Amino acid sequence: MTGVTDIKAQIDALPGLDPRAPLLHVEDLQVEFRTRDGVAKAVNGAGFHLAAGETLALLGESGCGKSVTAQAVMGILDTPPAHVTGGRVLYRGVDLLRLSEEDRRKVRANRIAMIFQDALSALNPVYSIGFQLAEVFRKHRGMSRKDAKRRAIESLDQVRVPAARQRIDDYPHQFSGGMRQRVMIAMALALDPEVLIADEPTTALDVTVQAQIMRLLAELQHQRNMGLILITHDMGVVADVADRISVMYAGKVVEEAPVYDIYERPAHPYTQALLASIPRLDLKGRQLNVIRGLPPALTDIPSGCAFHPRCGYAREICRQEQPPAYRIAPHRESRCHFIREVLGV
Amino acid sequence: MSDMNALAAETPTRQPAAPSGKSRSLAADAWHDLRRSKIFWAALVIIAVVLLMAIWPSLFTSADPHDCVLSRRHRGASGGAIFGYDFQGCDVYAKTVYGARYSIAVGVFSVLIAGVIGLTVGLSAGFFGGWLDALLSRFVDVMLGVPFLLGAIVLGKRLAADPGNSNGVLAVTLTLGILGWTTAARVMRSSVIMAKNQDYVAAARMVGAGPVRLIFRHILPNSMAPYTVVLTILLGINIASEATLSFLGVGLKGDAVSWGISISEATGYVRVAPGPLIWPSVFLAATVLAFIMLGDAVRDAFDPKLR
Amino acid sequence: MSDVSDLVLETRNLVKHFPITQGIVFKTKAGAVRAVDGVDLQLRRGETLGIVGESGCGKSTLAKLLVNLEKPTSGEVLVRGENIARLSGQSLRRARRNIQMVLQDPYTSLNPRMTVGDIIGEPFEIHPDAVPRAGRARAVQELLDLVGLNPDHVNRYPHQFSGGQRQRIGIARALALRPKIIVCDEPVSALDVSIQAQVINLLERLQGELGLSYIFIAHDLSVVRHISDRVAVMYLGKIVESGYHMAIYEQPTHPYTQALLSAVPVPDPRLRGRRDHIELEGDVPSPADPPSGCRFRTRCWKAQPYCADHEPLLQIRQRSPHPSACHYAEIRDVIHRY
Repeated sequence: MTGVTDIKAQIDALPGLDPRAPLLHVEDLQVEFRTRDGVAKAVNGAGFHLAAGETLALLGESGCGKSVTAQAVMGILDTPPAHVTGGRVLYRGVDLLRLSEEDRRKVRANRIAMIFQDALSALNPVYSIGFQLAEVFRKHRGMSRKDAKRRAIESLDQVRVPAARQRIDDYPHQFSGGMRQRVMIAMALALDPEVLIADEPTTALDVTVQAQIMRLLAELQHQRNMGLILITHDMGVVADVADRISVMYAGKVVEEAPVYDIYERPAHPYTQALLASIPRLDLKGRQLNVIRGLPPALTDIPSGCAFHPRCGYAREICRQEQPPAYRIAPHRESRCHFIREVLGV
Repeated sequence: MSDMNALAAETPTRQPAAPSGKSRSLAADAWHDLRRSKIFWAALVIIAVVLLMAIWPSLFTSADPHDCVLSRRHRGASGGAIFGYDFQGCDVYAKTVYGARYSIAVGVFSVLIAGVIGLTVGLSAGFFGGWLDALLSRFVDVMLGVPFLLGAIVLGKRLAADPGNSNGVLAVTLTLGILGWTTAARVMRSSVIMAKNQDYVAAARMVGAGPVRLIFRHILPNSMAPYTVVLTILLGINIASEATLSFLGVGLKGDAVSWGISISEATGYVRVAPGPLIWPSVFLAATVLAFIMLGDAVRDAFDPKLR
Repeated sequence: MSDVSDLVLETRNLVKHFPITQGIVFKTKAGAVRAVDGVDLQLRRGETLGIVGESGCGKSTLAKLLVNLEKPTSGEVLVRGENIARLSGQSLRRARRNIQMVLQDPYTSLNPRMTVGDIIGEPFEIHPDAVPRAGRARAVQELLDLVGLNPDHVNRYPHQFSGGQRQRIGIARALALRPKIIVCDEPVSALDVSIQAQVINLLERLQGELGLSYIFIAHDLSVVRHISDRVAVMYLGKIVESGYHMAIYEQPTHPYTQALLSAVPVPDPRLRGRRDHIELEGDVPSPADPPSGCRFRTRCWKAQPYCADHEPLLQIRQRSPHPSACHYAEIRDVIHRY
């Protein structure tokens, strides 16, 4: 199929592309939103990396910048009002932020794909899902209508939509929430991307459906040796599937660690407080920890360490200086002046 | 972990409220936005000028619009008559200025009539639902099925035949009011239905609020904003409609002076003297546009975004 | 043995069907959505009853029935012994003082055009005999203080507060008439994780201070476990299992409960691969057309032909020390303790 090799060749020919370089490496990303009420710093120097076959969780509450980061990586931010003002997004050594829009579009969908929280608004309600799926193949792979339809049915099978052949002509509203999410996954994986970004994919779903979808994602990732970035606020989901976690607060990654380490011994006060504030299915009778205060308005981020007004360990230095990323162990970093205290060392 | 325990015991009291320091109602916030909108100010200025013309025409011209001397017929601009003279020798500028009065009056009062009827019907249909809604909605549908122009002509002629109606103002006002309330009622109805389904209305019902309190405290205040906007737009439309009706001869008559009449009269002579046609048209267009722009700006400012 | 006079809230065979109509001018009934289809509940003084279930199970409708925002198709809602489903007018108004609700969405549950003081004070205007006019302003301030908000903010508008604060305002409003029972309909679902803890702690504190009884409805099983004494699990309009939290969470006997619990992610990566994992087939059937007999049988791995013909009642069974609606109920611990 000439269509495939053409595009693959084009992407491989991008200057700087090194197949041995890390799959995805985000460095010091800065994104601001210019609004009437001032400039909101949505992403403030965020960075992370992802290797093939790995699952990275971007964990944080609303307003921490995780979705904006993902959209910046995909290149789908609304500009204006959003402006990427700094940093690098390296896909195998190629800085995506410096690419032309056309090259960017090639990388999007073919190499890096994204799925969202609300499948209903991500799918066009006036076309059948078969049509939408087939269109991906027709446009990007130059397939004939018949071949595209066949591939579409195959994609639906891969995501375990039952009776795919019969349902290929159904419309999005005729599917349940979980099924729609599967369709969206099928569309995202249609062109065999190397990285899949899932932005709160199961937040709107029932817990039993959530479990199914997460299991499906894990399976597909394993089959394809894909890198998966999972964006969520749910610490339970993260514990089940992630290899590494990057915790975000006020636009920065405040802690990064392998999943087992972070739950057992968090190295940042925010992570620690967050873990202590969630009720557990298997525990009863704890007093839930409360993080005093409110998350900062992005137009007015506190000086020094953004978390200091709410932190139990805060001292004067926290107000004055932003903590650098201290490396505690290989693959473990934390941005706090008092890591030792937090770890209880 | 001792700090964390201390944190756990503390329930945050005296939480600071988010962004603004003083109490600001939705109206105050809307005003804050409006103040910065150029469209709003432009529209307001135009409307203010026209209103002034309507109330105090002598501020703008000392000439008498009824002072028509045939010998001055179609003369160009001279002296105080900056727009020239029309086919009867009347001062076009004076006629335009005095015309504002009738045009605005018809506009305002017809919208008042339409507004009141629309509100009552829309509120009843939306709030009570059931068979009342079905009945009223079908009635509105039937009324909407009547073609505007046809209905206006028929109604206009019928009301014009009334002896108490000398210059046609009452007839036109009533006609436009009666034909205009249907759209307003529909908008009101959907606003009410939307407000009725809000959680805070359920909360009030749960505390034991009766229909009167629900309507006046909760539903009306939250449905009036879109309704008012529709009415301002209707105002612009009605002023234009009066011009149309007068143009067709079913509107104002007698010694009434309006833009519609001026335009109507001037059409026949446009090749000889375009002035008498152009100037009232410009004023008409500007006024209608101003009202519509005002409605737009107000609607945007009151938009219930989650602030 | 529970003292019957200790029951503050009880429902008996509560049913709510929403008719599906066809036609434009003359509407004819073409079926019904059986949102709540025979629910028996008991709530004792000072306790919290948690109600869990997924979307479509009828818990929101149940909440509305409890506070008389919807009238039941049949059945009784007994608040302190009085059937409020039958009441109207003045007597209903008076009965409302015993039971109030905290709503889910803090962004739509407060009238954006009223000040916070007016919102919290409205119950006093509707029930003038609750607090004399002279004392109302102070009562409102006390309520603000009670929920941890600054009483000086009485004249502010809802949009000036954060989500968590708005939820507190909703709680203050619910407490105004000093009800003994509060129905919490997903009160923390719309809030951020760290704010959830604040509101949950507040609710617990208030329960202790004021002697309240809660019905806590949520889809988040972890939150429900944390706050509830007893728990009831709903599926397609019926309760399928109920009991003390220990029983439900550690010794569930109904297949649906077991499946539900196995699906909830626990924030402990060491439990990966150790937990029982039950995957349900298919989608939830439509509440307009529930399966015959046991409603869960279309997705149940234990289903037998017997299940299609005989609807299992919610009762104590040979292998289930707490009430369970399954012919083959059996204890299965899906959350392995570590």
